[in-house]
Amino acid sequence: MGTMVTSTERVAQKKIGVGGGKRPVGPNGGPGGNGHGGDDAFGRFSPSKYKIGIWVALASVTMLFTALTSAYIVRANSSNDWKPLDAPLLLWLSTALILASSLTFEIARRALKRGNSALYNRWLMLTVLLGLGFLASQLFAWRELVAQGIYMASNPHSSFFYVLTGAHALHLLGGILGLDYLLLRSRRAGLEDHGEEKRQAMASSVALYWHFMDGLWIYLFLLLFLWR
Amino acid sequence: MADENVAHEGHEAVVHRHEPPKSFIRKYIFSLDHKVIGVQYLMLALAAVLVGMTLSILMRMSLTWPDMNWPLIGQIKPDQYLALLTIHGTMMVFFVLTTAPQGGFGNYFLPIQIGAEDMAFPVLNMLSFWVTLVGFIVLIFAFFVDQGAPIGGWTAYPPLSAIPSAGPGQGTGMNLWIISIAIFCVGSLLGALNFITTLLNLRAKGMSLMRMPLTCWAWFTTAVLALLAFPVLLAGGVLLFLDRNLGTSFFVPAGLYIKDVIQPHSGGSPILWQHLFWFFGHPEVYIAILPGMGLTSHILSTFARKPVFGYRAMVFAIFAIGLLGFFVWGHHMFISGMSPYSAMAFSILTLSIGVPSAVKTFNWIGTLWRGKIRFTTPMLFALGFVSLFVAGGITGLVLGQTSLDLPMHDTYFVLGHFHLVMGVAAIFGMFAGVYFWFPKMFGRFMSEKLGRIHFWITFVGVYSIFVPMHIMGIVGMPRRYSRFAENGQQIYLFLENLHPLVLFVTIAAVITFATQFIFFFNLFWSMFKGKKCTVNNPWEATTLEWATTSPPPHDNFAGVPPVVYRGAYEFAVPGAPKDFIMQTEPDGAAEVEEVASGNGHDGHKH
Repeated sequence: MGTMVTSTERVAQKKIGVGGGKRPVGPNGGPGGNGHGGDDAFGRFSPSKYKIGIWVALASVTMLFTALTSAYIVRANSSNDWKPLDAPLLLWLSTALILASSLTFEIARRALKRGNSALYNRWLMLTVLLGLGFLASQLFAWRELVAQGIYMASNPHSSFFYVLTGAHALHLLGGILGLDYLLLRSRRAGLEDHGEEKRQAMASSVALYWHFMDGLWIYLFLLLFLWR
Repeated sequence: MADENVAHEGHEAVVHRHEPPKSFIRKYIFSLDHKVIGVQYLMLALAAVLVGMTLSILMRMSLTWPDMNWPLIGQIKPDQYLALLTIHGTMMVFFVLTTAPQGGFGNYFLPIQIGAEDMAFPVLNMLSFWVTLVGFIVLIFAFFVDQGAPIGGWTAYPPLSAIPSAGPGQGTGMNLWIISIAIFCVGSLLGALNFITTLLNLRAKGMSLMRMPLTCWAWFTTAVLALLAFPVLLAGGVLLFLDRNLGTSFFVPAGLYIKDVIQPHSGGSPILWQHLFWFFGHPEVYIAILPGMGLTSHILSTFARKPVFGYRAMVFAIFAIGLLGFFVWGHHMFISGMSPYSAMAFSILTLSIGVPSAVKTFNWIGTLWRGKIRFTTPMLFALGFVSLFVAGGITGLVLGQTSLDLPMHDTYFVLGHFHLVMGVAAIFGMFAGVYFWFPKMFGRFMSEKLGRIHFWITFVGVYSIFVPMHIMGIVGMPRRYSRFAENGQQIYLFLENLHPLVLFVTIAAVITFATQFIFFFNLFWSMFKGKKCTVNNPWEATTLEWATTSPPPHDNFAGVPPVVYRGAYEFAVPGAPKDFIMQTEPDGAAEVEEVASGNGHDGHKH
């Protein structure tokens, strides 16, 4: 029984230790639980899943554009062939459109919170249209540059202009798909478990993504035409 | 958080089972079940490792007998050698070392170990596998297009990789390489997103962060690294693709002549690619090795019958390695002409990774110290991992110093170093994982006897392959050269004396290669004919995967959510009736023990 003798004290010590903490499990997943307590598992719906997912996705989008930005800065200073473009005027229209779309999205979400589904759908639709308008405006800005004879390979600044705006447009397209999904879902909201809760959670995740794309565009605009 | 109040009907187990889908296609092909997806990833990695190993044997054959006309394949020409080298590296780094430990084992066991039913986003999980598979197929295609596979190495340095006319395989083959890697990036990002969300959001009741098995910590950190590193590679890949196909000049400098033709590009910086690539490339090394580290801790503790020594320190060490991994990419570029001051900074940061690595090694030894070690096959491979990690890591301290790296760069010394530490050590981690979890995954044991034979030959084999490479490197043998002799004549006189060593390495490589078929046989034979594993917990381990049946049901715990009462490694708890206490065992049992052994307390005093 010699082993048992030494043991009691070590068991007592273990209470502080980490690997073997014996904290009691409280009703809410215990003190061991933490912010997002794990008890959402097993078929229970967890709204925070979408929120975490979107934040994580945005971290990786941020890294993509950080990498492109660092390439932009290095390239701008690495040789003397850097000839900055003048901002096509249409970009101001794009900016206005995307800012407005963020606003309409928020109005839509407010309507959803009040439970006004019809209004929500209408403002969501408008957001989609504004998003498409932004993409169209970007496309026309590209065409304008092409008409001036400025192509992808014309000079490093134009290359970066096309790459950055193109990458942003692709990501925004993803946002538009997300909006379409919200519109589709809102038809079925009443039909399933947690329908309303799920709809709210998804709307706020897509909104987060959308506003991020909005902010990203402002950032790219400043980078492309203020940094030079 | 929002449904905290809703979620508690009490402690009684609410059974709502999820039945598996009935149709074959939904069940085994386009499955949403993380376990099936995990096995799919493992099978993909198995295919990739077969390709990668075969290519490496072809390379050894060509190096040792450069003039030989081989049956079926004929003589291996220098540009073919470079193609083998490129695809070997790409295949192994991306489709084996990244895919198997994370996509395979992580997918299968992360949800089970945290007590979840599945991943947070099963559809994304399925997509991430299929996207990765497409990337694999595209890469294989590169062998079969006009002029064959690219020859630029897995690092694809421009300008060679940016100019299609620069060499055979640099045309379509190189484009396919970039496309494959870009697809792979997307797949990995989807996977990482899923891992992080699952771990943060779907842990079982009572599974606090500091009660998670170290494997989960390792997968989590790996996912964070992948999430932040792969976008940078993707960005670089897109720019490289544009340089090649649309005539931009991100990476191609002005006035570049290729085969006497001046290139139309102007002013790009090849060094920029190196920065982007290695900003991804260095974390990638840890993406490969961290899951193996977590698994080694897990297995050492289980078979030494002792708690992990310094659990918290292990967690912080994993994090520290992951974090530091983002600030040391410059040590791959010491000879790129960087300022000595930046080189110094990169060097100091690189050497400081030695600290958390040493913490881990120390704690592994501390875990083993005076344990009742059970030398099973998984334990042997975990011990092999520690050995290889130390042997390969120690030369990292050599190469991390600028003054030593300058002469050593691009020699076989580097080859020996990284193959030991990120290649073979990570592979040993996977072997350990296969032998350890096989009974859980397939309900049968792998043959211990074959496992031991596999271990010992492989262990001696890999040291015989890679230790001599260090010596070759110190002598000055450059890597990536396809020919050291021609028509029976040595080309480089100072390497003449190395020939016996080159031959020795090749023989060791062929033997080690052949031994792997023992493993493949063991794997597939045991799947159908192995000894049945009828119990939930054959290794007497403590974590949640051993609390469910072998193999686990479709929803992992048959609709009864597990509740976790303790940390992950409660082995040899004094006074406990058995030498292990599972995480699911309620406190009551241990409390009783404490009271019971209370009378012995004063006895302790003397």
